[in-house]
Amino acid sequence: MEDKDLYDEINSIKKIMERSTKFISLSGLSGILAGVYALVGAGLTYNILPPFAITRYSNVEVDRNSSVGLFYGSAYKYNYIEILFFIASAVLILSIGTGIWLTARKAARNGQTVWNQSSRALLKNGILPLLAGGAFILILLSNGYYHIVAPACLIFYGLALTAASQYTYGDVKWLGITEIILGLLAMLLPGFGLLFWALGFGVMHILYGSIMYFKYDRENSAD
Amino acid sequence: MKIALTDFDKAFENRIRLQIMSVLVANESYDFNSLKELLAVTDGNLASHLKALEKEEYIIMTKSFLGRKPNTSYRASAKGITAFKKHLEALEKLIKQQKG
Repeated sequence: MEDKDLYDEINSIKKIMERSTKFISLSGLSGILAGVYALVGAGLTYNILPPFAITRYSNVEVDRNSSVGLFYGSAYKYNYIEILFFIASAVLILSIGTGIWLTARKAARNGQTVWNQSSRALLKNGILPLLAGGAFILILLSNGYYHIVAPACLIFYGLALTAASQYTYGDVKWLGITEIILGLLAMLLPGFGLLFWALGFGVMHILYGSIMYFKYDRENSAD
Repeated sequence: MKIALTDFDKAFENRIRLQIMSVLVANESYDFNSLKELLAVTDGNLASHLKALEKEEYIIMTKSFLGRKPNTSYRASAKGITAFKKHLEALEKLIKQQKG
């Protein structure tokens, strides 16, 4: 056996083992865009709502006859939640849409399909923390615990990422751990929920998305 | 050189068979269509290599139904995993010999 053959043989084994267990079409660019959407959403939220209303004051009973009460009265409060819900849903739908679109594009370039054994495993492992978190947050919202919503988003999202990460790039695991830490910090510092949310879903997505883009996307498109 | 070559497994001489085994060692099980896509081979080609590995008792086939669609999946047997590891060790030895 020739030298080169031998290395080829071992390389092909390594590559196949990795490709069979890991979903490598995940697009870094979609992470960057998801981060941008999140930052825009957080910016809108910050400008539409009185400063930190959602996290600090919204579930505090305020005298409705006072001028402060006008601002934070229950009628107003309901509208805030609706607007917030709308912004959050828009960010989520845009992020997922872009993610699927760019990932499918990258998969097509790699000659892979999006729906394969590793992407199924990825979703199967990530979906449980996500669903549990989603239900938990809806319960928080319906009970008026608005100040824990941002930390809960970050922590459950982080758990979902770490659970799913063994089926894709290792960077996803670090993103997950970062989100969990940010979630815990947000819990420690009530009143800064929106800031931590913007850090976790905006800045971190852009950061890790860029890392993944330069590490994997560019390399693949050069092939 | 001679020692290493006797450790090489004839069943893994073919690149595709070696790749199939790599996938099945790395994963609990893998289905036919996913294997076909991953290795970029034709149905007939893949089937013949799978049959060869099955004959060696290196892999185990399971047929099941996903709804109405038949689904054939494969997993590595203990014998197959041992053989695969031995083959890799032989490759490693060969590399060390060439370096030394």
